[in-house]
Amino acid sequence: MKFSNYKRWTVSIATFCVLIAVWEIAVRKYGLFEYILPPPSDVAGYIWNSTIDGTLPAAIWVTIKRLLMGYAIGLGIGIPVGMLCSRFNFFKDTVGLLALGLQALPSVCWVPLAIMWFGQEESAMLFVVVMGTVWSMILATEHGVKNIPPIYLRAARTMGSSGMHTWIKVILPAAFPSILGGMKQGWAFAWRSLMAAEIYVTILTGFGLGQLLHYGRELMEMNQVIGVMCVVIMIGLVVDKVMFSPLEAHLRKKWGISKD
Amino acid sequence: MSVNAELQNVTAKLSVKNVSKTFDSAQGKVEALKDVSLAVGEGEFVCLVGPSGCGKSTLLNLVAGLEKPDCGQILVEDSPVTGPGRDRMVMFQEHALFPWLDVMGNVLFGLKLKPNLTDPERREVAKFYLHLVGLEKFERASIHELSGGMRQRVALARSLAPNPRILLMDETFGALDALTREQLYGEIQLIWEKRKKTILFVTHNIREAVCLGDRVVLFSPHPGRIVKTFDIELPRPRDINDPALTSHASEITSFLKNQFGRAVSE
Repeated sequence: MKFSNYKRWTVSIATFCVLIAVWEIAVRKYGLFEYILPPPSDVAGYIWNSTIDGTLPAAIWVTIKRLLMGYAIGLGIGIPVGMLCSRFNFFKDTVGLLALGLQALPSVCWVPLAIMWFGQEESAMLFVVVMGTVWSMILATEHGVKNIPPIYLRAARTMGSSGMHTWIKVILPAAFPSILGGMKQGWAFAWRSLMAAEIYVTILTGFGLGQLLHYGRELMEMNQVIGVMCVVIMIGLVVDKVMFSPLEAHLRKKWGISKD
Repeated sequence: MSVNAELQNVTAKLSVKNVSKTFDSAQGKVEALKDVSLAVGEGEFVCLVGPSGCGKSTLLNLVAGLEKPDCGQILVEDSPVTGPGRDRMVMFQEHALFPWLDVMGNVLFGLKLKPNLTDPERREVAKFYLHLVGLEKFERASIHELSGGMRQRVALARSLAPNPRILLMDETFGALDALTREQLYGEIQLIWEKRKKTILFVTHNIREAVCLGDRVVLFSPHPGRIVKTFDIELPRPRDINDPALTSHASEITSFLKNQFGRAVSE
């Protein structure tokens, strides 16, 4: 087990090293795609320099802040509303239906509306992220709660659980695998829509990664464009490893659910 | 409340008086129970047997307080059942353990809802019952790591932990393999004798009923009602493979066949 893990890591790392080396040599030595595709060393140089001068960390911070705040708001609204939808037909037939419809709308479509409503402000970005998160959270929570085996609820009732206790100690944990699925989907939607929004509009209150990418293109700084793309990829990977992987590992251990 | 007081044996008599229950189904109204009366003494082990659809599980749910009778009354000692209560715990066919909690967490679930106990006391009580079912080494295990038989043992510990006076078992061993089941027949008899619970046990397996029950109550379907009661006066602990037990079982089976003109699944 240990050895094969080690071997797999080696294979992954070696593959990427070879790829990067081929790319570097192709550009440096043979002058392939010189203007449209900078060599990896230039990209690394951009990342290094802009980290030193602070523009990259500042942009990362602006973007992450928008994302986390919007995501938290989305979860904070989506989970309780999803619970209401699962419990009361009134909510299911109103908000639930709305969620079903709006979930089908790519959240980047909210950007023009957000700009008109909120102007080129932080709140417009937050709005887009919330719209990306909240609908899939509502649907996932509702679905999760609806699909709890009824026997859990019966068992809980016989043991004296009722009302809020049942919601917190039985229904939410029982629906958690489904809620986690919604969280992942919501995260992906939020991340994509925020990037699109940042590229699409300049927000005067803060310069995010999307804007760096946009200006990289305007100035034909291809090393900046690709550098920022690399950072975006890294953030996505880190979030997956830091936020979702531990939760999924926990689920696997407790429930014996394997998604691998 | 001290742990010793908590662990004292408690039991209760149960009386079901003229209970009827009707369900709406696609085929119209179904009379699950019609005018059923049953008296169960303190510490008595009563098995409810009958073909599927005879209302035996419905009766169990009514006693559990998970459903309400259309008419009639169910009394535990002398107080009527109005809803679920800790004095009556249920063990279901599927173990119904919570996968997000470990073994200890499951056994503690009902105990945590019991006031007047400190957390260390609750843990001590839970450990007592895990020991009783022979799973004290598995308190940190996840549910999915356990075998079917172990899961039902945890479910038994969880049902016993709040110290109910009546234990309701709904085809509890139905989903287990034969070997595990036979083992659990021995254990449940032992635990019943130690803890002096009143047990209402629903099954469609007549030998199982004869093996466990002081009395076997036979139900018939459409409408669900009691047709006959058999007293089983075999010495305990009983072994399901005992010939005397088998002859009792075949007596009941042939009665059933005569009654309904068809075999009842063993």
